Amino acid sequence: MLELYEGSLDVPNILKRWYEEEAQSNYGAYIPFVGTVRSENGIDGLSFDIYEPILKSWFEAWQQKAKAKGAIIKMAHSKGDVMLHESSYISAVFSPKRRVALEFIDEFVEDFKASAPIWKYDLIDGKRVYAKDRSTAIKGSGILGK
Amino acid sequence: MVRVEFLGPIQKEPLELDITNLNELAKILQDDEELKEWLGNSAVAVNDTLVSSLEAPLKDGDKISLLPPVCGG
Repeated sequence: MLELYEGSLDVPNILKRWYEEEAQSNYGAYIPFVGTVRSENGIDGLSFDIYEPILKSWFEAWQQKAKAKGAIIKMAHSKGDVMLHESSYISAVFSPKRRVALEFIDEFVEDFKASAPIWKYDLIDGKRVYAKDRSTAIKGSGILGK
Repeated sequence: MVRVEFLGPIQKEPLELDITNLNELAKILQDDEELKEWLGNSAVAVNDTLVSSLEAPLKDGDKISLLPPVCGG
């Protein structure tokens, strides 16, 4: 399940709802990861653009990988502005046993960082500045270059 | 005609081009000063599927997207 929201995430409610959705599904482990905006480099917050068609197919491919291990993934992400100490990202893996979920959340979040078509901007003095230095070129990039 | 869209921080309006493959697109975009910093680090999708070579043929109505470096979370 992939959920996109305008602005910051309501973390307690999303985690609670996901917990309740799977309460009777016989998963032994529920491992969430919550990403929160930290104060650094004088930013007021972060802002995000998302390209939804490719995000959805990327997520669906991961959901199939999870399913093959008897697990499921849920993910929520913000669009637009998210201010300091608010959260922009939650992902969670549910699995029958803890080991699968612990390993899967690590792999999933790493690939999320490297591949999900989401662009981050720092909010500084009311301006949106692309976080170029923290961004990663998607695998296979550069084919149109010289 | 195909439509070329520039995503995220690439500040450029979409283009409508009469081309039949990605090699032709590469030649056109390489002459565009605005795109100089982006071509070497952007991924390319045709109809929302990422492609890894310029050989894929294009047909009328195709949508091409340029995806610059990403940073979710």
